Amino acid sequence: MSAMLLAAQDAVNTASQVSLGEQVTFWVLGPLALAGGLGMVFARNAVHSALFLVLTMLSLGALYMVQQAPFLGFVQIIVYTGAIMMLFLFVLMLVGRDSSDSVVEVLRGQRLWAGALGVGLAVLVVAAVARSLTSVRPVGLAGDEANGGKGNVYNIGHEIFTDYLFPFELTSALLITAAIGAMILGYTDRHQKGRKTQKELVEARFRGEHDRPSPLPGPGVFATSNSVATPALLPDGSVAPESLSRLIEATASEKLDEERKAVAGLLPGPDSRSLAPGKEETE
Amino acid sequence: MTPSYYLLLSALLFTIGAVGVLVRRNAIVVFMCIELMLNAVNLTLVTFARINGSLDGQVMAFFVMVVAAAEVVVGLAIIMSIFRTRRTASVDDANLLKY
Repeated sequence: MSAMLLAAQDAVNTASQVSLGEQVTFWVLGPLALAGGLGMVFARNAVHSALFLVLTMLSLGALYMVQQAPFLGFVQIIVYTGAIMMLFLFVLMLVGRDSSDSVVEVLRGQRLWAGALGVGLAVLVVAAVARSLTSVRPVGLAGDEANGGKGNVYNIGHEIFTDYLFPFELTSALLITAAIGAMILGYTDRHQKGRKTQKELVEARFRGEHDRPSPLPGPGVFATSNSVATPALLPDGSVAPESLSRLIEATASEKLDEERKAVAGLLPGPDSRSLAPGKEETE
Repeated sequence: MTPSYYLLLSALLFTIGAVGVLVRRNAIVVFMCIELMLNAVNLTLVTFARINGSLDGQVMAFFVMVVAAAEVVVGLAIIMSIFRTRRTASVDDANLLKY
């Protein structure tokens, strides 16, 4: 009987033992996470802080996976490190990378007191956890139905959509509210200084504050063509050079110089004494 | 080694985050320290889920992540609008309510 009890106790112990691989992972990633946290607090540059925090979050994601929470580990890496920290970096770049901390202390001795309080808090919490959880026998999620069989993702989905259905619905409302709030807070009115009214604009045009009093002529619309590349014609039949866009290469305004001069009568007309019309004369 | 080492690690991370909130002046870095504290709490939840052998802690950590995402979106928008009006991201300069 006692032998059986001992065997059962041994089985519980082996189930609660932390495997060697997990120990190695913890002792590699735990100090990395701590170093990331310390680097984030002590880095002068805010971008360096963000990258240190990315290091910490990646380490924590790997630790979740080790602790039988693969779904949370991947969510940590994809959502936190991939989305949230990149959002942080975006805002840092928008605000300006050089907006680093000022060294001036507004409250005297604030950093000293903060450090002392931090050490005190660390000592208190670590001592409390270490003293109260000396002999923990972790049940573990792999053995029983909590995580075994169908896998972590299936079971978390089952929990969320049965026991935690109402909080899950509430999070959707929360996310929509957050999205609308961000849109409202991030909106800027570009015309805050007030647009000019049409009357003011006309008066400014005729006062000579603009290049020309009228808008630019549009492109030519004819029976054969109506594209933007077609130049408009002025009343005397010449091409209106302003109707052509500089960006369109099909009818460069330089090509039309010849025609414009011809209409204006600047070119010599056909020789009236030549016998044959056309260009034979030049040959 | 027992899983309570994870709890010690998360306690230290939480402390680092709290000290960072007190020490740093840049509002965005203060925000990142809050994120670090949330992550430390998540590690605690995952560890307790493992110790107790139930998935409730993991679901809680999932909800914490959702709330953290919403909080980051709104908080960064607030920081952006403060920066737009006052041209600074330092928490010392947002002192209109002080006097």
